[in-house]
Amino acid sequence: MSSKVITVALAGNPNSGKSTIFNNLTGTRQKVGNWPGVTVEKKEGHLTADGYHLTIVDLPGTYSLTAYSLEEIVARNFILDEKPDVVVDILDCSNLERNLYLATQLSELDTKVIFVLNMADIAEERGIEIDGDKLSELLDVPVVFTVGNKGKGTHELIKAIISATESHTELPRTRRVYYGREIEKAISELTEFIKANNSKKLPYNIRWIAIKLLEDDRIVKEQVRKTADSQGEAILKQAYLKRKNLRDFFNEDPEILMTDHRYGFIAGIIKEVIRRNSKSHVDVSRQIDLVLTNRLLGLPIFVFFIWAMFQLTFSLGSYPVGWIDAGMGWLGQTASEIIPDGPLADLIVDGVIAGVGSVAIFMPNILILFFCIAVFEDTGYMARAAFLMDKVMHLIGLHGKSFIPLLMGFGCNVPAIMATRTLESEKDRILTILIIPLMSCSARLPVYILLAGTFFGASAGNVIFSIYALGIVLAVTMGRLFRSTILRGKTAPFVMELPPYRTPMLKGLLIHMWDRSKVFLRKMGGIILIGSVTVWFLSTFPRQVQLSKDYDSEIAALTAEYSSRISAARGDLRQKLIAERDRIASAFEGEKAREKVEKSYIGRLGKALSPVFAPIGIDWRGSVALLSGFVAKEIVVSTMGVLYAGEAEADEESNALKGALKKSGMTHLSAYAMMTFVLIYVPCIATVAAIKHETNSWKWALFSITYSTALAWLVAFVIYQGGKAFGLA
Amino acid sequence: MNLSELRQGQTATVVRVGGDGPFRKRLYEMGFLQGTEIYVEKYAPLRDPIEVTLKGYQVSLRVDEAAQVEVNNVRGRR
Repeated sequence: MSSKVITVALAGNPNSGKSTIFNNLTGTRQKVGNWPGVTVEKKEGHLTADGYHLTIVDLPGTYSLTAYSLEEIVARNFILDEKPDVVVDILDCSNLERNLYLATQLSELDTKVIFVLNMADIAEERGIEIDGDKLSELLDVPVVFTVGNKGKGTHELIKAIISATESHTELPRTRRVYYGREIEKAISELTEFIKANNSKKLPYNIRWIAIKLLEDDRIVKEQVRKTADSQGEAILKQAYLKRKNLRDFFNEDPEILMTDHRYGFIAGIIKEVIRRNSKSHVDVSRQIDLVLTNRLLGLPIFVFFIWAMFQLTFSLGSYPVGWIDAGMGWLGQTASEIIPDGPLADLIVDGVIAGVGSVAIFMPNILILFFCIAVFEDTGYMARAAFLMDKVMHLIGLHGKSFIPLLMGFGCNVPAIMATRTLESEKDRILTILIIPLMSCSARLPVYILLAGTFFGASAGNVIFSIYALGIVLAVTMGRLFRSTILRGKTAPFVMELPPYRTPMLKGLLIHMWDRSKVFLRKMGGIILIGSVTVWFLSTFPRQVQLSKDYDSEIAALTAEYSSRISAARGDLRQKLIAERDRIASAFEGEKAREKVEKSYIGRLGKALSPVFAPIGIDWRGSVALLSGFVAKEIVVSTMGVLYAGEAEADEESNALKGALKKSGMTHLSAYAMMTFVLIYVPCIATVAAIKHETNSWKWALFSITYSTALAWLVAFVIYQGGKAFGLA
Repeated sequence: MNLSELRQGQTATVVRVGGDGPFRKRLYEMGFLQGTEIYVEKYAPLRDPIEVTLKGYQVSLRVDEAAQVEVNNVRGRR
């Protein structure tokens, strides 16, 4: 038996508990993606009930359905163009008046609507009682009560959705907003005019179009111009005249007057359906806020929460990181035992497993970080963080909400970029994404430790601090620059609701966390894999190179020579000989590895690029290290280890590498220039993938690569050449 | 008088909202209508933004945005 399919759109104000209702309805059967062409998150879920298959589409949370924000346009277009069978509007009972504003706009759209009165328990605590039957009668819309965080009312809502699709509702509704004599006259005249002039091609309710034209709605105007052909201009002209008349008459924009009338209509409803008892109550949320946004305590508490988040992410996260590392090592070991030696084994072990491992290793940190972010969001603290930090962020022309993603960047740029989804304005989001890479992530630290430790000794700490500070200064500078050039435009109004604090639901937190982590795994995995395999290929091919000596036979000869001397020797001398043999052998091995990389494609590329890097004090070996750093910054240190010290296993503690670096001709100045370059240029492939995914375009990803690399070179150049001019080299 | 001139703990009545189109419209839609009572909850630790209560909910806006909201009938503590 094939079941009937019902499409349900979930609408509602931000903070109305919409996502909790969505989770209650669909459970884990959700799909997260983007709305086509924009970076607004789209969530879709499914459920079956009573022989019906319900597809639930979660619309972006909005206060209204005008065409000012991307979210509003997306929500409105879905209702108008996709024509869902039912629109479910979630209303927060404790805030009914403002929530009804969206509700009145939805009922004007001539679709089947159900009102969900959510969180009636909280409203009751505040002394607000709502007469649902009366509301239903007044607006001619079915009403269901729910308590989202307790799972109450979900079943009733599903039943209401099904019966609404089965029943026949008289549309348009008789009860609707009355806009006053003058405006109503303009609406009906414009409606008649549109009807007389080719209304058939316009797909929506004509009265609604007339209202929107009087409100000067840019999307509807475009639509009229496109669909109504030659009459389109006439209709727009007529609307313009009517608008002008109204404005002259009232000395006010018609859209403002109409907003006034809608709220007036709502006030009438509120009077009839709400009963307030004067029972005094303690507003717990405001009490909490007295502490958390306190003039003196607010910022210290905020700093503490952020500190706790990082502690949790990086200390708790380090345990599973160790396990994953060990697991990947075991996997590589096993694979190299099973697969016969050769290019295939190398590809799988050094390319694929190492590449996937480099992504998987981030996973615990990312899960924890996203969990913390979900806690901040679901409790309502995120809005407070924005409230506390807005003054600072406004200096760069950003919203207070940008602070948390930027801060997360110090941990790892990838989740930081993904966390920009909490920003509503697309320009803010792109700007934040562009400057996040200037926050020095934890993967860059080993490079600084190596270089600063080698060349600056006791003052290494200060030097590293100066690199972090340089990143912040550049972020502010670039932020202001982008804001005044490519991302120019008025900053979106800050106006932000501070929702009451709520106890988050574990299920909601986990779904929230998993949704984002899944995206990271799936989409990043592919690009990172390709990138790591590419670098692996470039650094191991061509395989058959003419090495300057036959290292293997030299090592064999060495071993043979020593083995006779070792067997002849006794005691201390014997130990000394063994150590000597091992040292010489590993020096040969290192030299072999170095020469192999030097003659590989990436080595040749590094040498070809050395004229570019010479002016910033970096030799061909440094260039190769920086090239490999496109995949991940951790690789820079190991590449340098191979190229400079000739030690196969180099880490930041390696004294041999430090000595070799000092001898290599690198100076204080060139080391500092290299650190600034590492700070500024592309953090890693995963970041590029994240930028591509979150901005929904290769354009911004490529722009980020280009601008950051150019900036890195420029800053390093100024530092190196400037320093040389001042005689610092 | 403007909303931004009020101190913490004061209440006033909205007269009108100025500023450019989208901002005005947004504020109207969020309930900043003529005659609405607004209570100044607090200023942020760095003195900007400002948090107010109206129609039973809390909203924050920047001080220069609050300066666009004309109010009268200011009462409450000085």
